[in-house]
Amino acid sequence: MKLRIADKHIPIAATCAVCLVLYGVASVIYRGFFSANVLVNFLTDNSFLGITAIGMTFVILSGGIDLSVGAVVGFSSILIATLVQKAHLHPAVAITIALALGTLLGLGMGALIRFYSMPPFLVTLAGMFLARGMGFVVGLESIPIDHSFYKALTQVRLPLGPAVDLPATALIFLAVFGIAVFVAHCTRFGRNVYALGGNEQSAVLMGLPVGGTKLRVYALSGFCSALAGVVYTLYTFSGNPIAGTGLELDAIAAVVIGGTLLSGGIGYVAGTLAGVLIFGIIQTWITFEGTLSSWWTKIAIGALLLFFILLQKLVQGKRPG
Amino acid sequence: MATAKPGTGDQGLWPKIKWPLAALALVLLFNGLFTAGFFQVEIKDGRLYGSLIDVLNRAAPVMLLSLGMTLVIATGGVDLSVGAVMAIAGAIAALAIKSGQPLMVVLALSLGSAVLAGAWNGLLVCVLEVQPIVATLILMVSGRGIAQLLTQGQIITFSNRSFEFIGRGTFLELPFTITLVAGVLASLAWLTRKTALGLFIEASGNNETAARYSGVHTRLIKLLVYAVSGFCAGLSGLIVAGDIKAADSNNAGLWLELDAILAVVVGGSSLAGGRCYLLSSVAGAILIQTVTTTILRRGAAVEFTLVIKALVIVVVCLLQSEAFRNKVFPARRKEAT
Repeated sequence: MKLRIADKHIPIAATCAVCLVLYGVASVIYRGFFSANVLVNFLTDNSFLGITAIGMTFVILSGGIDLSVGAVVGFSSILIATLVQKAHLHPAVAITIALALGTLLGLGMGALIRFYSMPPFLVTLAGMFLARGMGFVVGLESIPIDHSFYKALTQVRLPLGPAVDLPATALIFLAVFGIAVFVAHCTRFGRNVYALGGNEQSAVLMGLPVGGTKLRVYALSGFCSALAGVVYTLYTFSGNPIAGTGLELDAIAAVVIGGTLLSGGIGYVAGTLAGVLIFGIIQTWITFEGTLSSWWTKIAIGALLLFFILLQKLVQGKRPG
Repeated sequence: MATAKPGTGDQGLWPKIKWPLAALALVLLFNGLFTAGFFQVEIKDGRLYGSLIDVLNRAAPVMLLSLGMTLVIATGGVDLSVGAVMAIAGAIAALAIKSGQPLMVVLALSLGSAVLAGAWNGLLVCVLEVQPIVATLILMVSGRGIAQLLTQGQIITFSNRSFEFIGRGTFLELPFTITLVAGVLASLAWLTRKTALGLFIEASGNNETAARYSGVHTRLIKLLVYAVSGFCAGLSGLIVAGDIKAADSNNAGLWLELDAILAVVVGGSSLAGGRCYLLSSVAGAILIQTVTTTILRRGAAVEFTLVIKALVIVVVCLLQSEAFRNKVFPARRKEAT
């Protein structure tokens, strides 16, 4: 019995271990890697990846997949920039509209998946084309955002110590993370998601609201991606229709590295945070090294994915049944 | 084996291919009525030119990918890595040409590595039993990195008449790519329809356990289809490289895996596996390219391309969804039963 519990936690424990080892080794090799500023940068630079990955975690836990997240990030960022700069709306209004549209798109995809039992892979692929296309329809080029509200938002910082503080983007990321952990583990919705991903048929037989949960999962992911788009505008002070290209794959990779099984039902939101941090460490490592080119990021991520999947197989293989 | 549901007429190729063909006919009808000169075909320098030829020529890479993808999807898998494999094949071909290798060696090296890449996917899927979507995601992410590593992130240009023929040549007054696709289609169709291989592939996708108990070597079959998918991706990568006379690791085949999967699904093969309709997938690929070409020919803003593509996918998939058909055409349902 004791072993079984340990088994369940092996993937996430391994993720955390890899995260710490990578960080430790990098700190020994490079001066200045072990500093609060670098740590804060992990959160800031990966905040929009992190937020989409958290939404993705719920979708994957429910046994589905959402390929539209990157495109929704691009769409909401260009939408906000256009509404603020061209239509002269207050950013708060623009952000609300973007969040609502992102949620609506997610809801629409969820409805197609739920009512017509269409495969999530395909529906969200169509959603990806739709969102990316809508982004291009809104604006073809990057638009800088210049508004006093945005400047005020950058002043929002949580001081952590001398010369170190968390900016708004990192704060939003952490807040989303906190709420997601609560939702996943302490609410009825969270338990339904796990049940649905574990075995849809049993969930139906147990009388759980399977259909409604599916709808909500995709709506949640749509909301998270739109929020990530908002964070993108805060981070870059601009909106760009091509923002978040390929982000969906990074998000899926972060979730898998975080120990969540793509077949659904098993995984933790906390693992996803560790997965995102591993992404951040690898990227920062390559920046610190200087001579390594960007393609090593892809190769390293691929190798890590392989490692974690093999590990998951090992853990699963041990289980009876 | 697959048992068609009684009463739905869900048998053979026709019920599947009619949807993409109907959509294709609609798009072509629209073009016939509203796009001037869409059907015009003329001979210049011993080669046919025109929008229709252009559609076929441009659809060639996705058609090839969709052929391999059809087999993979028929076994209940999916291959996300084809775009990255295209980039790898193109990069290796360019490097081999640069180092002065003869054409046969160039082809052997690039296609061989593409088959190896496919076999690697197959190995992960059938020996380690990793979910196909994850197994191929690994190569999708790292494969492009490897291709960029090979070319050092540069676009490698080359000049080699015989190699360029693959992407730009003319054969029987048609672009050579069409012959290439037809050849691959014919051989795969022969293998799946005239030998037991097709039955084995569909059986592995339908019910792997049952297939294994009936003596089908499901693991070997899966390994084989991923290798074939790798080969198709490699060939497709050579077409793209030959066409632009360069290997562009950053962009070659980027997102084409999605188009290929789309073509297969629009062609009526369920992502759940168990069916393989090669011709139907090709029709799906042609449909997608026709829609894109139509938008370009109509001079509609390029930014609408993706939106229209999304809507076409949703409509075709809705038509194929049984739940949707029952809801929208309840009368026909009653007649049928």
